[in-house]
Amino acid sequence: MPTAIKIENLSKQYRLGVIGTGTLSHDLNRWWTMNVLRKEDPYLKIGETNDRTTRGESDYVWALRDINMEIEQGDVVGIIGKNGAGKSTLLKILSRVTKPTTGTIKYRGRIASLLEVGTGFHAEMTGRENIYMNGSIMGMTRAEITRKLDEIVDFAGIERYLDTPVKRYSSGMTVRLGFSIAAHLEPDILVVDEVLAVGDAEFQKKAIGKMQDVSKGEGRTVLFVSHNMASVKRLCKNGILLENGLIKKSGLIDEVIDYYIDNYQSEKSMPYVEVTKEMHDKNRSLKAKFLSFEHIKGSTKYATDEDIVLRIKIYSDYDIQNCRINSTVYTSEKVAICNNSSEDYFHIYAGQTIDVEYIIHNPGLVIGNYNMNFSIGIGNMTEGETNYDVVKAPITFEIDKPYKDENKYYVKWDKHGWGNIYMRTETRVL
Amino acid sequence: MMEAEYTTIKPQSSLLDIDMKELWRYRDLIYMYTKRDIVTFYKQTILGPLWFVVQPVLTTVMFMFVFGNLAGISTDGIPGVLFYFSGIIIWNYFADCLNRNSKTFTDNQSVFGKVYFPRLVVPISVTISNLVRFLIQLVLFVVIYLYYIITGAGILPNLYLLLLPLLVLMTAGISLGFGIVFSSLTTKYRDLTFLLQFGVQLWMYITPIIYPLSSISADKQWLIQLNPMTSIIETFKFGALGTGVFSWGWLGYSFGFMTLILFIGIIIFNKIEKSFMDTV
Repeated sequence: MPTAIKIENLSKQYRLGVIGTGTLSHDLNRWWTMNVLRKEDPYLKIGETNDRTTRGESDYVWALRDINMEIEQGDVVGIIGKNGAGKSTLLKILSRVTKPTTGTIKYRGRIASLLEVGTGFHAEMTGRENIYMNGSIMGMTRAEITRKLDEIVDFAGIERYLDTPVKRYSSGMTVRLGFSIAAHLEPDILVVDEVLAVGDAEFQKKAIGKMQDVSKGEGRTVLFVSHNMASVKRLCKNGILLENGLIKKSGLIDEVIDYYIDNYQSEKSMPYVEVTKEMHDKNRSLKAKFLSFEHIKGSTKYATDEDIVLRIKIYSDYDIQNCRINSTVYTSEKVAICNNSSEDYFHIYAGQTIDVEYIIHNPGLVIGNYNMNFSIGIGNMTEGETNYDVVKAPITFEIDKPYKDENKYYVKWDKHGWGNIYMRTETRVL
Repeated sequence: MMEAEYTTIKPQSSLLDIDMKELWRYRDLIYMYTKRDIVTFYKQTILGPLWFVVQPVLTTVMFMFVFGNLAGISTDGIPGVLFYFSGIIIWNYFADCLNRNSKTFTDNQSVFGKVYFPRLVVPISVTISNLVRFLIQLVLFVVIYLYYIITGAGILPNLYLLLLPLLVLMTAGISLGFGIVFSSLTTKYRDLTFLLQFGVQLWMYITPIIYPLSSISADKQWLIQLNPMTSIIETFKFGALGTGVFSWGWLGYSFGFMTLILFIGIIIFNKIEKSFMDTV
């Protein structure tokens, strides 16, 4: 595959506030002092009297530094990283909104960015007018838009509102229309930043599908910036992890995401956790509440076939009959794996603090980090339930090996292809 | 792979690196922006496009009352309506373009911050959409003008009226040029916005709109004529109404002025549009 984007030694420097005071009088004064009186920059002195040795370094920040990469045509690349890592700056330079300080980017074809959909929408204009407006802003000709109009309207699902001013649209409709225009732009390179966070589930599915079509069927290149690891993973083949303006890791998306989660998202796995005020769900009565969670074995590490045993301390203000504890297990990418609805009821009396043992038998989860949500209450999902307290991810656990028995043979589990649950099966010849 | 197929994004380009071909590729966007400007102006109004003429008509009435009746300033023997209205529509075109274009970057920050297109598209379409307004106002002028010709007020057009397209072009050019110079500077220096607002108001008084140039003593006329708008308005009045000071020399001066300010404007604008997101 030919190269679609080639980035060489790309850096972007921003000047911090104090220097660019931004008014004519200050700039004239600086020009006068420096060029006519031949003295030093007067405004540099003001900010720097305390520490002259760090001058220059403290005035400038590098939003991106020495970025080098090549992206092949048809590749879908996920760009991940914490806030301030330089993701948006990179996309801004790519979409030519701002210039790099040094380095070059070479690309083939047309770049369209979805930095924010619906750019240039005018509230007073109708959907149809805005399609033309927005399309031309993105670089389409009127003839192209006319050709695609039906498709765009159909994809956005706004036929009825086509000749109604956009100000009457719901926010979802506006976003759908914006995305739909951009998706039908037929750019050679599509830059997407977090747009999928909006819209309803059905539309998100459509949008993801469209982006996949765009890259697979039509050989277009997609750059996708998101904090949602699940959608990055679903969509992208390769990934780039940025940290403080540098490329920390690049390669296959699964590897990059794993690296990111291991290094940036690992919550401190403590075997004993006391529940703090903030951890309780604010919408619950707290008639009964969780006080602490503890791994009885004193470690958060388990094997796939090992029972997870927790000690949970609970306090109640009231007498509660038939109380039960439910839990949900999540992967570190915040994807729910299963919900455990317990039928083991117990009694708790007013003012009492009790310890319960909570066991997950033979969890069957593959190697990885997991966390759990807990709820305490009465009833179940079929008959209706009331939860007095819900805590999100108070305690985590890690599956670090497939079998308790170290000698047992096992294959390396491919979590991304095979899933998170290891079911025990049996095959018998009858 | 051939290098030529690639678009390159590089840090700083030279001062004269102006891509006019690209601007041409975006001609549809110029059309859309122009259309949007005109259409959204009168959306949800009852009078619709009629609003385009309400303002100059009221201004003319006001001028007739204040400057014609109260102050008694000469109109060179021309009916006040024609005298003021002819000046006002050209001046309005100039002032509206200048004011709006000077805010190009600050007004379109949100769009410019997300999508790339040649930024000149915006001031050019503002200039065109205001031209449409001007033409609508001109139609009204022609109606009044014909009325006076038919009723025999002794006004006759002469051949110099054929210069009108050139005069309009020059007005557009000067306002566009000044506008983009100011818009480039205001990204960093907001002070200029305030300066420009009343600056344009004062500018009108050194342009022969409420008085004829001939009412100024001959040895001081050149002071007013240094203002590039003077010869444009005087030429129009001379062509249409038969009075006024016409000189090829001063018209040439205005044309040269327009060329220069447009040239400077495009260079500064071109330089600023690449970095303005970081300074605005």
